[in-house]
Amino acid sequence: MLKVVKKAESSAGKKVLINVIGILAALLTAAVFLALSGFNPLEVYGAMLKGSFGTHYRFTQTVINAVPLIILSLGISVAFKMKYWNIGAEGQMMMGAFLGAYFALYHSTWPKPVLLVVMLLAGCVGGGLWALIPAWLRAKFNTSEAITTLMLNYVAIKWIVYLQYGPWKDPKAFGFPKMPNFTDSAILPSLGGIHIGWVIALVLVVVIYLFMNHSKAGFEIAILGESENTARYVGINISKTILSAAFISGALCGLTGIIQASAVTNNLSSALASGIGYTAIITAWLSGLSAPVIVIVCSLFAILTQGASYIQTAFGISASVASVLQALILFFVLGSDFFTKYQLVWQEKKKGAN
Amino acid sequence: MENKTAYIAMENIVKTFGKVVANNNINFSVNKGEIHALLGENGAGKSTLMNMLSGIYIPDSGSIYVEGKPVVFSAPKDAINAGIGMVHQHFKLVDVMTAEENVILGQKGGLLFDRQDGEKITALAERFELGIDLHKRVADMSVGEKQNLEILKVLYRGARILILDEPTAVLTPQETEKLFRIMRKMKEDGCAVIFISHKMNEVMAVTDKITVLRRGETIQTLNTAETNPQQLTELMVGRPMDLAVKRLEQERGPEAIRVEHLTVKKLEGVPALDNVSFNMYAGEILSVAGIAGSGQKELCEAIAGLQKVDEGHIYFRNEDLVGKSPKEIAAKGISMSFVPEDRLGMGLVAGMDMVHNLLLKQYQNQKGWFLNKKAALVKAEEITEKFEINTPGVRNHPVKNLSGGNIQKVLLGRELDNQPEVLITAYPVRGLDIMTCHKIYDILNEEKKKGVAVLFIAEDLDVLLALGDRVMVLANGEVTGIVDAKTTSKEEIGLMMLGQHQKKEGKHLA
Repeated sequence: MLKVVKKAESSAGKKVLINVIGILAALLTAAVFLALSGFNPLEVYGAMLKGSFGTHYRFTQTVINAVPLIILSLGISVAFKMKYWNIGAEGQMMMGAFLGAYFALYHSTWPKPVLLVVMLLAGCVGGGLWALIPAWLRAKFNTSEAITTLMLNYVAIKWIVYLQYGPWKDPKAFGFPKMPNFTDSAILPSLGGIHIGWVIALVLVVVIYLFMNHSKAGFEIAILGESENTARYVGINISKTILSAAFISGALCGLTGIIQASAVTNNLSSALASGIGYTAIITAWLSGLSAPVIVIVCSLFAILTQGASYIQTAFGISASVASVLQALILFFVLGSDFFTKYQLVWQEKKKGAN
Repeated sequence: MENKTAYIAMENIVKTFGKVVANNNINFSVNKGEIHALLGENGAGKSTLMNMLSGIYIPDSGSIYVEGKPVVFSAPKDAINAGIGMVHQHFKLVDVMTAEENVILGQKGGLLFDRQDGEKITALAERFELGIDLHKRVADMSVGEKQNLEILKVLYRGARILILDEPTAVLTPQETEKLFRIMRKMKEDGCAVIFISHKMNEVMAVTDKITVLRRGETIQTLNTAETNPQQLTELMVGRPMDLAVKRLEQERGPEAIRVEHLTVKKLEGVPALDNVSFNMYAGEILSVAGIAGSGQKELCEAIAGLQKVDEGHIYFRNEDLVGKSPKEIAAKGISMSFVPEDRLGMGLVAGMDMVHNLLLKQYQNQKGWFLNKKAALVKAEEITEKFEINTPGVRNHPVKNLSGGNIQKVLLGRELDNQPEVLITAYPVRGLDIMTCHKIYDILNEEKKKGVAVLFIAEDLDVLLALGDRVMVLANGEVTGIVDAKTTSKEEIGLMMLGQHQKKEGKHLA
């Protein structure tokens, strides 16, 4: 019979190897699936690469897909390092976008640089404050943040729906329930053909890396994540640390929200996040909460998403097939993590004692 | 009695975990009517061997015989069917149920109670003089009673071979004596008892034979009557060693800590510490004895500023520490070090390397927003050398991967590096091998010599008496006595551990 046996911790190199084997196994399995569906797997895979890098436009799209994932994953990683399960990136993104959009819509006459800076800051504050609600409940009443952050996502989305259908409805949209587009002064500029969000993302990667690995506050977050008792023993103010880490986490998610609204959709809508806040949980976790690795993992995810949407049009593959491809890869990579900690051994089934 | 074939025989047993060979060609046998000690340091392979005998692990190779017949245990129930029962160090009892219900629980027929079962249990308890009130709830039982209940449980399941895994670690001397009587009773009854322990005097007192294991191998099986503690230690450790724990005789210095009427309540309002008063002096080791959970943890944490105090005062040079956080205490210039019971869960960060663990106590004094790791790196190398810490490296190797002794040395090394005036140590040698234990006793003596006031909490009464100058006994959160270690006896302390107050005519040492 096959038995699962715990093994000694794998070395870093071995972990990477196991993950790579996981991806290859996923591609192989997906190939069988594609072949059964009547496609040539090699052509499909080639097309996915072409779809994400083939032209300047496609490459641009891939980067645009990667930017929000990276910033969200950074935010989530700060909370997760504290073993504070912030599942609320989606809602924090919405509330950040909401507060930023307020300035975009109601102070559009401000000089562009001032307006943009205020919008970005408002995004951080909106997301951060939204994240403080469950953090305060956790610090005060020890509620489970995994539940409260998740629930607040629905509250945030419904709030935006309310604005969209009610007070912020665009009067010029002929009754169509949408919010007004941002004016030019509220739209982030481009650099190298891609909106400036990519620069913000890369700067944040460095900042978060330094913060988590070299700052006192980051150290305290890591200690608290490992053991609350140790944190107490060292004399860390536990409530303060929970609140500030949650605020930082939420602020980064809120920032993502306003960047997306300003640079990508050019307006606020209830469909702004549409699940990316959850995808970012996966990418943050796959990256082992390490800022530099987040860039790599999120880029791969963006390629996958972009490639999948291209093959839909190129091969007439239905959207669900593309989803199956993504799910397979995820399944295998997450599954391969298991083999960094355990191994299977074959053990002969023995008869019991008489 | 049939002496030709052993009751239980284990031959050439091999068990590996990954690259680690836990048991290498172990041979071990027990006869009927025999109490057999399994002696060895941590990691010698005692538990692994017994887990194979009780069906929890399956040996990689080798054979097990019961009354000469080969058996294969692939699950605990196979071992139980063969008459082997193990009493684990950590009890597996349901608190809200009575003794009787706990015995029946998990048997065929579920919870449907049968009068016959009750009679059978009563008969068993009487036969072995277990002294258990079968209708008492486990929650109301003392540790000794729980242990006896565990024994009754395995006996009821038909065990004739009983494995006791360090059963005396949590018992008072009186309870230990009682356990020994039960063990002898079982021996008379023709059962075999396997007694795992590393307390030499107990092994000498109660067993017939002793098998010594070292690094996964059988070193020797001896008749207890023909050996002595010195020889056994040599066999265990692999070289001659001085077993004596020496008290450093010196005049104690001035008062360092004065605790007055300290009361700490648990969440339910039950006092964890009840009106505790005592003094600590510079250059003195104050031993603290008591059954586990008698308030030791709360006492340490209260002094260290981690525990909310309901009433009373803790004075350090007339400065009341009550209500101050560890940071505030440190800011007052009071240098106190605390080695908590839970090393990896409180004293250290298990997943971080040694450098970061040293940083724990440094970073708050650093200026600016960023960590300066240089000083900690130098310190780590220093402490590694001074305390002979065996580590693959001070960076990028989480401390949790070190052995227990090395983990404790990292913690002690860091705490002593602060040049404390007061040192609080909770169970500093728990789970460590003999060599490391003695190293740590030496370190405590060195600190005492330097004039540090040391609070030393431990389980082993022999060590508490040998190392400490005075012994304070805690029972149910109360101080039942503070006695001179030189003149008291284990029996006297045992009675105080059970809650009996120190005799009034005795001189109370404040």
